[in-house]
Amino acid sequence: MEKITLASQLLQYLITGLTVGSVYAMVAVGFNIIYNVTEIINFAQGEFVMLGGLIMVFLHVAMGLPLILAFPATIVLVTVIGILIDRLAIRHIRHPSVFTLIIATIAVSIIIKGMASFIWGKDPFDLPAFSGRNPINILGAVIQPQYFWVIGFLVIAAIALSIFFDRTIIGKAMSACADNADAASLVGINVKQMVLLSFALSAAIGAVAGITITPISLMEYDRGAMLAVKGFGAAVLGGLGSFPGAILGGLIIGSIESFGAGLIHSGYKDAFALIVLLIILFFKPSGLLGSTEISRIKRF
Amino acid sequence: MRLRRFIILATICLFGIGLLVSPAQAFKGSYKVGAVFAVTGGASFLGDPEKKTVEMMAEEINKAGGINGYKLELIIYDTEGDATKCNLAVKKLITQDKVCAIIGPSLSGTSLAVIPVAEQYKIPLVSCAASYKIVYDEKTGKPYQWVFKTPQSDSMAVEALYTHLKNRGINKIAIMSVTSGFGASGRSELIRLAPEYDMKVVADEKYGPKDTDMMAQLTKIKGIVPQAIINWSIGPTQVLVLRNWKDLGMTSIPFYQSHGFGSRENIKMAAGAAEGVAAPLGACNTPEALPANHPQKNVTMNYLNSYTAKYNEPLSSFGGHAWDALTLVVKALKAVGCDKAGIRDYIENTKNFVGQHGIFNFSTEDHNGLTWEQSFNMITVKNGDWVIIK
Repeated sequence: MEKITLASQLLQYLITGLTVGSVYAMVAVGFNIIYNVTEIINFAQGEFVMLGGLIMVFLHVAMGLPLILAFPATIVLVTVIGILIDRLAIRHIRHPSVFTLIIATIAVSIIIKGMASFIWGKDPFDLPAFSGRNPINILGAVIQPQYFWVIGFLVIAAIALSIFFDRTIIGKAMSACADNADAASLVGINVKQMVLLSFALSAAIGAVAGITITPISLMEYDRGAMLAVKGFGAAVLGGLGSFPGAILGGLIIGSIESFGAGLIHSGYKDAFALIVLLIILFFKPSGLLGSTEISRIKRF
Repeated sequence: MRLRRFIILATICLFGIGLLVSPAQAFKGSYKVGAVFAVTGGASFLGDPEKKTVEMMAEEINKAGGINGYKLELIIYDTEGDATKCNLAVKKLITQDKVCAIIGPSLSGTSLAVIPVAEQYKIPLVSCAASYKIVYDEKTGKPYQWVFKTPQSDSMAVEALYTHLKNRGINKIAIMSVTSGFGASGRSELIRLAPEYDMKVVADEKYGPKDTDMMAQLTKIKGIVPQAIINWSIGPTQVLVLRNWKDLGMTSIPFYQSHGFGSRENIKMAAGAAEGVAAPLGACNTPEALPANHPQKNVTMNYLNSYTAKYNEPLSSFGGHAWDALTLVVKALKAVGCDKAGIRDYIENTKNFVGQHGIFNFSTEDHNGLTWEQSFNMITVKNGDWVIIK
């Protein structure tokens, strides 16, 4: 085997980092959707990713549904679960403070994880890659075709969400709830429905992340927590509430992990990402693209 | 009213028949054996097959007339992998249930936590966890008096692996390990034993148990070009690392896995990337691959067949540790009855016991009774199946 050049190595680290980072970014975007409307951090966000992967495996591998049908069906199912979470766990809490709601989401994540381990067992599951497993060689670096799907869906999700929030009435109504829920309801926006919608959207994007990452990383019932932590880090790094920030944060954390593991020491790769996160928060507490004025009026 | 009377009468009759049928086997009494396994919680992949294994064995033993006419009565407690719960369970087994001996716990941590209890109450305890510290008292340099263990130590897997590498003329190795207890313990043994076998560790890479890929670590290793890669992990990461290894076109560097690799599911999950990968595995992992004259062929095949027939799920080699532990205790009970000191002495003097994970020779100096030669085979994956390396 010929020796790999440093340039190819660096390219490989970058590609790997961007792919992993894309998943973190999708989780971070999911955090932001709910945060923007309700100001709560949904700790069950990682569970949406896990459910996306496992339900897809169930529909595509076990039931034999073709990819093109299983993909939207999985998203719909996870979205329904997201809606149920809002209806069953969030809406009924009396005297809701941001803090109690956050704790409720932690409970939800434990329940979902327990149910998943009950249904699917504790073993990891595999999903066939969407377009084969033959790696593509570019300048000495190796790319799995699945990487393009992961990065591609991040781009699609980012574009779709920015159009939704900037150009449609419902999207703007959701943003209004984020700014001031009382004022929003005074002008006729149904805040409860917007909260429900935010859970649905956030579940859907989590499902997409889970479906696209499973062929690369396998999926098992307790993978969600780690993805939620990384995704939360990405959201904070980019500035809580900012969608471009979430995507940037995810890609940065993924790349730091990859370069840190490759160039410095793989044992401390998680630490590198957290150190960078702390340093940036030290100089810019609202995150890279977060606005200080907005973060001041938020309760959390 | 009539109907009601009829139903009551019918029920009584049914119970009567049941009473007549049930005491088909009359036992003289019962031998109580306690078991503490991590049946639920994070280590349930150990405790669950262990519990199922001993339940199956007790059923078979009692069906065949018990131990010298005594019923084998198992009392199993779930430790959830928690040291405090395990400690309480062991005390309860000793003081309330009054068992003759205890098998388990499943984990090294919980085993170390109950050693003082077993020593204090003078009860034989056969642990199903791997750490050598379970059977090595650092103060005296000898095994604890009442404590035994059945699983191989990590160092034995490393010795089997290094001997194989040395025979192949390999001395420049890259190590990859998961940052869990299993990986950390294997990594430290790999590094500790390397000089003894003239191995040079040129890379020492780590990854987390829930990481999504190991491309970065392998790319770094690719730049170093070692003669072999040794990976020490369990769970999904040991499959991912193989896929990444193949994707990166590194198949010209031989890849070795730990003794945690011995599940057919791993070959399937690797989607072709496991081909040519080798690992030191206990006989229990690969009964089918053993030659017919292998001393462990019969015991392992029997266990595999009865387990898969009863539970309809793949056999886990971790259950084999419980098989070894319970079989030892049952042999001792058969020989000396429920005499704690007698059981202890019997196990300590057991020689040539053919178990699931090796051929055990216990002594006052060795409460594990295994050597790597008698507990590991080098196994490789060929055409999606295990093949023994001669």
